[in-house]
Amino acid sequence: MTEAPDATLAVILTVNGERHAIRVEARRTLADALRDNCGLTGTHLGCEHGVCGACTVLMDGEPVRACLLFAVQAQGRAIRTVEGLAEGGELSPLQRAFIDNHALQCGYCTPGFLMLGTAILDRDPDISDEALVDALSSNICRCTGYANIVKAVRAAAAEMREKVPA
Amino acid sequence: MDGLSPRPGEDAPALAAGPGRVVGRPVTRIEDLPLVRGEGLFAADVNFPRQLHMRVVRAEIAHGRIVSVDAEAARAMPGVVAVWTAADVADIPLIPFRATKVRGLEPYCQPVLARDRVRYVGEPVAVVFADDAYRAEDAAETVMVELEELPVVLDAAAPPGEFAPGHDTEPTVVRKEYGDIDAAFRSAHAVVELELSVGRHSGVPLETRGAIARYDAAHDVLELHGTAKKQHWNRDEIARLLGRPPQGVHLFEGHVGGGFGVRGELYPEDLLVCAAALRLRRPVKWIEDRREHLVATNHSRQQSHRIRAAVDAEGRLLGIDDAFFHDQGAYVRTHGARVADLAAGMLPGPYRLPAYRVAGHFRLTNKTPAATYRAPGRYETTFVRERLMDAIAARLGIDPVEIRRRNLVAAAEMPHARPLDALGTDVVLDSGDYEGLLDKALARFGWDAMQQELAARRAAGECVGAGLAFFVEKSGLGPSDGVRVTVDATGAVEVVSGAASVGQGVETALAQICAEALGVDYSRIRVVRGRTDRIEFGNGAHASRVTVMSGSATWQAALAVREMALECAAQLLQLSPAELTIREGVVTRADGLAGPSLTLAEIARGRGPNSPAMRGQTPGLTAERWFWSDHMAYPYGVHLAQIRIDAGTGGVTVERYLVANDIGRAINPMLVEGQIVGGLAQGLGGALLEEFRYDPSGQPLSTTLADYLIPTIAEMPEVDVLIAEDAPSPLNPLGVKGAGEGGTNGAGACIASAVDDALRRPGAITSLPVLPAHLRALLTEAP
Amino acid sequence: MKAAPFAYHDPRSVEEALHLLATLENARLLAGGQSLMPMLNMRVAFPDHLIDLNRVEGLAGITAEGGALRIGAMTRQRDIEESPLVRAHLPLMAEALTHVGHRQTRNRGTIGGSLCNLDPSAELVAVATALDAVLDVQGPSGVRDLSIHDLPLGFMTPSLAPEEMLTAIRIPLPPAGHGAAFEEFARRHGDYAITSAAAVLVLEGGRIARASLTLGGVGAGPLRLRTAEAALAGQAPSEALFREAAAACGSIEAMSDPQAPAWYRRRLAATLARRALAAAASRATTPARQGSLA
Repeated sequence: MTEAPDATLAVILTVNGERHAIRVEARRTLADALRDNCGLTGTHLGCEHGVCGACTVLMDGEPVRACLLFAVQAQGRAIRTVEGLAEGGELSPLQRAFIDNHALQCGYCTPGFLMLGTAILDRDPDISDEALVDALSSNICRCTGYANIVKAVRAAAAEMREKVPA
Repeated sequence: MDGLSPRPGEDAPALAAGPGRVVGRPVTRIEDLPLVRGEGLFAADVNFPRQLHMRVVRAEIAHGRIVSVDAEAARAMPGVVAVWTAADVADIPLIPFRATKVRGLEPYCQPVLARDRVRYVGEPVAVVFADDAYRAEDAAETVMVELEELPVVLDAAAPPGEFAPGHDTEPTVVRKEYGDIDAAFRSAHAVVELELSVGRHSGVPLETRGAIARYDAAHDVLELHGTAKKQHWNRDEIARLLGRPPQGVHLFEGHVGGGFGVRGELYPEDLLVCAAALRLRRPVKWIEDRREHLVATNHSRQQSHRIRAAVDAEGRLLGIDDAFFHDQGAYVRTHGARVADLAAGMLPGPYRLPAYRVAGHFRLTNKTPAATYRAPGRYETTFVRERLMDAIAARLGIDPVEIRRRNLVAAAEMPHARPLDALGTDVVLDSGDYEGLLDKALARFGWDAMQQELAARRAAGECVGAGLAFFVEKSGLGPSDGVRVTVDATGAVEVVSGAASVGQGVETALAQICAEALGVDYSRIRVVRGRTDRIEFGNGAHASRVTVMSGSATWQAALAVREMALECAAQLLQLSPAELTIREGVVTRADGLAGPSLTLAEIARGRGPNSPAMRGQTPGLTAERWFWSDHMAYPYGVHLAQIRIDAGTGGVTVERYLVANDIGRAINPMLVEGQIVGGLAQGLGGALLEEFRYDPSGQPLSTTLADYLIPTIAEMPEVDVLIAEDAPSPLNPLGVKGAGEGGTNGAGACIASAVDDALRRPGAITSLPVLPAHLRALLTEAP
Repeated sequence: MKAAPFAYHDPRSVEEALHLLATLENARLLAGGQSLMPMLNMRVAFPDHLIDLNRVEGLAGITAEGGALRIGAMTRQRDIEESPLVRAHLPLMAEALTHVGHRQTRNRGTIGGSLCNLDPSAELVAVATALDAVLDVQGPSGVRDLSIHDLPLGFMTPSLAPEEMLTAIRIPLPPAGHGAAFEEFARRHGDYAITSAAAVLVLEGGRIARASLTLGGVGAGPLRLRTAEAALAGQAPSEALFREAAAACGSIEAMSDPQAPAWYRRRLAATLARRALAAAASRATTPARQGSLA
């Protein structure tokens, strides 16, 4: 695929299992494409230079910063965003736990933390406290001081363990 | 507009002490559901058909004369609709500041686009309007700004320079004084003198600013979306500056990604999108990027103090004399000299102080303009005052806890009036048991046992220490706020408030108060805020005022609706109102006996405009009440910290932290704790990490989030929070005081104290943030 | 903060990528994008052409080859960190990777991207230097070996010709039972370190047979402390020995900025070097703990 700078490219994004056929310039980031071309504004931009993690989405199950990917690079990959967490109107255990544990104030960083937390729990529901702090340190929250975010991830992990007895 | 005739001077009953049915309980927030589903409506989520995107061309040097601005290339770029420079907006006056007693600041206000000079890196010089954000940025890159460099002023403590002909860089000196300060120093047993400084920090909310303006020609209304904090004042000023009646301008608040003092002030970009929407007849959207944010949105905090205290032989304060230099940056913004004024007015804090003199030099520099950031003027002066108390303790060989005990205003002395003012109101400490809270905090932290542990660890070679800081906050700034509570024909309850939300949980707190008064389910109450089209007046969300002011108004309005409902029901049920109560939205017998009942919906329908019973009356089950307050409520508290310094690197690890905060009454303890821990994260950031730095030419060095260091979870200690309700405020029916700023207030002071202790060098820390290189230099041990 | 326009190229083979690189003016390779993307978004990098390596076959993977591990340039940092081969044979690299950004950025970031970006504080550059890595550099005329020690030309400038690209990094395996440690100091978790130190010790008969000591963040490229390494050889490990060896940091040339002046970097270097040596020695003398990160 080789295109002139001002041309738009046809890109097919698969987001939360849904196919989005869009046309974008190569320079359009995945975050902007999700927000502006797919209408999924739940993914937020906090810095656009890869420090804050607000734009975290899952690509093939792994958390990535959507401001550090071009939309064209996500073609053929499975993208999951905050809009895809609740299933059939039912909040995911982590979404529920964020509410129950007051893990959000302004809510701007929340989608990024929810996606990061979802990936952590999918991969390692028994993650140690130290590893959890290390993993969560990639995202910035300016409101909560983080204590309740950790509490919420822990609570969701406990709930998920109860649901699926080992 | 309510059905009962207003009774001037009516005193609504106060909220009874102790947890209520909803008030005082850690219930979950009504705000959260859309936010966890990705269905929020933040500024960047607002879109209108045919919208244009605005991109700001900003000054790249700190001080210069504008020779020319060449936008020809930009105008020819694809997608570009217009490019404006100062000449295009010459009719828009300078951006004003809100009521302040300080005069003479007007010439220092900022134009929406730089006119003849640029005064800081980041100052708007031109704006590009294009059909796409990427293309707007492409075009902005091509705007050529020719500047002739001028000398820069970067140190507020240096002698003033020239701002403009006839105006130097010190527009005012904030002076306050009481008692015989000279006599205090003449009779002093000892005089302790310090030079202290606090760096430039700011709120840096995770959502940058945004403004989306749209002219609705069909209704002749200019709409501004993405607003926060001060909608009504901003509406009035936008209307005035653009020559429209205020009724023809409406501001809308969606979700707000953190405020912390900086968001929701009237900035150049707000006026530019409004003017463009009117002139270009297309919606105009501006979303600030992070680099812009760090140079364009208000900074705060930077002050240097030269303070001295006169004390007697027992360490009791006789007088404090302070001169400080407030680095305002390049322009006076909407707060005027408020932060310097607050610093001067709040510096004495919790201590009995017979004499006081302060001179706050309000100085302009060639940096980003400054204004408020969470605990403005208090974070700075708590650092200064508590450093002073530690120094007095060290000088006289008195324990740092004991020196504070000797000077704290006693519970029996409350209310305690100081012949001082802050924010234009007299400082009257309304209530408090300062020493009682200090004792509780020390006990909870295990202060004495910890001292022994620390001694043992020091003996084993560790560099560990503990510190404390006492603070007094202020909250509930008046003069007024109104709330309208309405029950509609389906029984749904709506609270319309002139307050705003910046994400702190305002809707839940107001819903809890309304539910408590009215007898309905809090989670089903709709709270409207931040909208000028729904309520004519409002004072917004700042200065920790919402729970106090709007909360009290909500309480009164909800009680009025309750009274109205009970009176209606009493007539229909042939009982007296006193025999009735409201539970879950149903009016029933208060004694619990079975009997007829009426729902609020039925009562509201009975009070409908077409109901024959309402003939001659104002219909509706609704009441609007206003709460006035002449004085502020003063929360207070203690910060305690235990820290470790890595002697090899100078790195500080905060091991344990306690914030004890008496806020009179916690409407929702879970939200209060959230405010305190979140506020502390910001305070610790300012103490150890965050700083806007500049090079000698005035180029900002902290222009990314990799350079302006916000704490991550890895930097946060274990935090314990002690919420006390020992001293309810006598100034409002709820007894509440604000809870938004206590977590931030004492953090810088507390960390400095703990670092001194770890270093075993009293007075070592004289500035914030505490930098590892500085500590490494202070540590003489070999690596 | 949106990137300027560029032409996007999406080659599937190294040959195709090299052809593009040789024929296009002002082209840049895009690897994991964790450093280049911010530079594009901030418009401090303005390539006319971007050649995306993410779909090129054969550039990712970790294999044992003779006495070395070969790591493809596009291997993700997270995959290296979790590779049993790396954990078993190059514990220094596994440990250092935990300091490279965050787990999340390591999902995208690649080893080749990190080496070619050549940030003075980049952990992977310091580790490659400590382990005497050899780079496979491919150009129009074939593959050449480039010693990691010859990679830095200047500040963030690798010694690759415009038409060349890094395809793999080969790291000779230190002998089994070696001890290694990585130490760094950053003001905030996950940030680039102000200064870092990497130590590798091979012990024989209770004495140091071979030592490698490398500093990051003091100059444009990592600094191998050859004199200190020589002084360590033949000695029995001890706190005093390591303190003395680390004292060499007191006289190095170091970068300076207001937050971290040269004197501070020197002291940090001495502290971190001493700690890294001590930790490496403890891991070498107790081989069971050698793979403690595994």
